[in-house]
Amino acid sequence: MRIVIDAELCTGCEACVNACPFGAMEMKDGKAVINDFCNVCKGCIDVCPVGAISEVADGDEFKPGNDLADYKGVWIFAEQRHGKVAGVAYELLGIGRKLAEERNTTLSAVLFGADDSEAQELIRWGAEKVYHAKDVLFDTFNDEPYSQLMIRLIEQYKPEIVLAGATAIGRSFVPRVAGRIKTGLTADCTQLEIDRETGNLMQIRPAFGGNIMATILCPSYRPQMATVRPRVMKRGEYDASRTGEIIPVNAEGLTCRTRVLASVCEEGTCKINLQDAEIIVSGGRGLGDAKGFELIREVAELVGGVVGSSRAAVDEGWIPYRHQVGQTGKTVCPKIYIACGISGAVQHIVGMSSSDIIIAINKNPDAPIFNVATYGIVGDLYEVLPLLIKKIREARG
Amino acid sequence: MQIIVCIKQVPDTAEVRINPETNTLIREGVPSIINPYDVHAIEAALQIREKAGGKVTVITMGPPQAEEALRESIAMGADDVRLISDRLFAGSDTWATSYTLYKAVQKLGADIILCGKQAIDGDTAQVGPALAEYMNIPHISYVRKLEDVTETSIRVQRLMDDGYDVVESPLPVLLTVVKEMNVPRLPSLKGKMAAKKAVIIKMTAEDIGAEEQNIGLRGSPTQVKNIFAPQAKGDRRVLEGTPEQQVDALVAELRRLQCV
Ligand SMILES: Cc1cc2nc3c(=O)[nH]c(=O)nc-3n(C[C@H](O)[C@H](O)[C@H](O)COP(=O)(O)OP(=O)(O)OC[C@H]3O[C@@H](n4cnc5c(N)ncnc54)[C@H](O)[C@@H]3O)c2cc1C
Ligand SMILES: Nc1ncnc2c1ncn2[C@@H]1O[C@H](COP(=O)(O)O)[C@@H](O)[C@H]1O
Repeated sequence: MRIVIDAELCTGCEACVNACPFGAMEMKDGKAVINDFCNVCKGCIDVCPVGAISEVADGDEFKPGNDLADYKGVWIFAEQRHGKVAGVAYELLGIGRKLAEERNTTLSAVLFGADDSEAQELIRWGAEKVYHAKDVLFDTFNDEPYSQLMIRLIEQYKPEIVLAGATAIGRSFVPRVAGRIKTGLTADCTQLEIDRETGNLMQIRPAFGGNIMATILCPSYRPQMATVRPRVMKRGEYDASRTGEIIPVNAEGLTCRTRVLASVCEEGTCKINLQDAEIIVSGGRGLGDAKGFELIREVAELVGGVVGSSRAAVDEGWIPYRHQVGQTGKTVCPKIYIACGISGAVQHIVGMSSSDIIIAINKNPDAPIFNVATYGIVGDLYEVLPLLIKKIREARG
Repeated sequence: MQIIVCIKQVPDTAEVRINPETNTLIREGVPSIINPYDVHAIEAALQIREKAGGKVTVITMGPPQAEEALRESIAMGADDVRLISDRLFAGSDTWATSYTLYKAVQKLGADIILCGKQAIDGDTAQVGPALAEYMNIPHISYVRKLEDVTETSIRVQRLMDDGYDVVESPLPVLLTVVKEMNVPRLPSLKGKMAAKKAVIIKMTAEDIGAEEQNIGLRGSPTQVKNIFAPQAKGDRRVLEGTPEQQVDALVAELRRLQCV
């Protein structure tokens, strides 16, 4: 596929030059031309006011890599650390259930390591089958045995869709799996849907630092693989009486050249756990100084939340990095996110915009944070927060 | 010791803004930079060279303009660079990119391959691990500290979601690095001179022996269906009145939602 420009129609308005996220459109002699940066994302086609840009097929379309109809079922990879399945696995079961229903197929989980009770738990969260490999090899995380066994299972059982968490573990070994099998892998999806017409998985994810969203397809290869950010999908329904099948998986013959000498849990990171919090109260540069976080902490304690921050506040040295929310910090999805003195740069927004309710307090009415806020309060946080504390106390009687 | 660093030239996404009227990207004046994580990978390579000796080669797959990024690498202290460039590579997804880099690295030979944690244009973090898979060598992601390196092995700290692991691997190995790993040096005057003079060697699809069905758009299993601007939330409300009235309205809403 290729993008072509009809030079006759092109008026040289440069709308496409500005719209192209890859910088692939240039002006030559008053007409738009396409350079080598083009990724065929089609972002230019719709912005052309005169319809001069179109997509042409030129015989280099995907050849099916494998027989698509052989691939059935939705799989989720349930990662565990220190024997405990990570929360993202239950979220994957939530979205996996929806996809399986639409595709009229089964939902299975794959678990390496941990014991039977964890496999049972996956069933209660919605898995019909659990492929469970038990071996001391899985007590620590190493990419090679994980990817080798996953490749083996995919080749044997041929699932149609494979989802994993976009976590340190998932993002590290799953690319090896997709690379070996030769299939597409879409990172960090925030939305997954089935295209009713073709049955293909539509994988939606932010790109360019969250400035735009892209829908990615893998039409001609199977399985369709994606990683999903934690705390973005809703968990499935827990049913303690649900039963399912646990299929033991043989882990013989795996090789592992890396060796984990120590596995250190850093106290701070484990204790705060922004990603599991239901309410987060965050402070930014608008606090003015480190002492401002005392007020933030007071609000957080009052509402039973934890303290987050923007990167600017971390860079100022007012609060440790582990509190940082955003592109280079944590992605969070609490029920309530309260942003105090945070302007709402895209790098911050991508980390918190899927929160259920966003409350923004900022004295600048034009601050971009108000574009994503469910409730915006224009005012000085040093006036607003003490009032808020007082009114909540009153409301509680 | 042969050390190869894979770098990518990317638009500085921190500078990219959305035009709220047309919902399109404003790319004007956005500079192209070396992917920030890859600068840390170059620094790590230079430090490994200082400890264990050897040669640092920086490679990039990209259009002719990417030459600029390679010159910057020379200015930082790289011994050698290669521009892997061919019209046939256009439209590569991460699968095709890793395949192409694999063919190039195979030609050059490497004991340690360094990549950034992820490229900030796509944020996928997939190219490094997939490249290691084709090479059939181990890899360690999210390396935040180099503890030790010898002729035959390496020991590093790998960042995990709940802390870190100390991981050891034999060579050859591929590492992807995070920003905490080091503070990149600034180019020296001597380096800048060398960068200016350097003749950049180019490698085409034919030079690296890449098969056409595995490169560019044709070799890419994923397709971009469309791109669109992130939607603003539908139920937005700026509260009105004095701060006191606004807080009253907020607390009333929170009570209605049974949040306080
Ligand atoms: C590659 C990259 C990655 C990044 N990653 C992240 C990330 O992960 N997380 C992140 O947060 N940022 C990140 N950033 C930085 C981001 O671009 C912004 O610089 C940062 O989020 C700004 O923080 P801020 O909103 O606290 O500060 P500012 O932008 O300075 O905003 C302060 C706000 O406070 C308001 N204010 C001031 N005084 C008061 C008052 N008394 N009462 C009420 N309001 C007041 C002001 O009106 C202003 O809107 C990243 C940047 C880059 C380039
Ligand atoms: N075109 C490329 N040329 C060289 N290295 C690349 C290229 N694309 C990605 N990489 C490397 O792979 C890493 C991860 O990129 P990505 O998977 O795109 O997030 C980058 O930090 C680079 O080290």
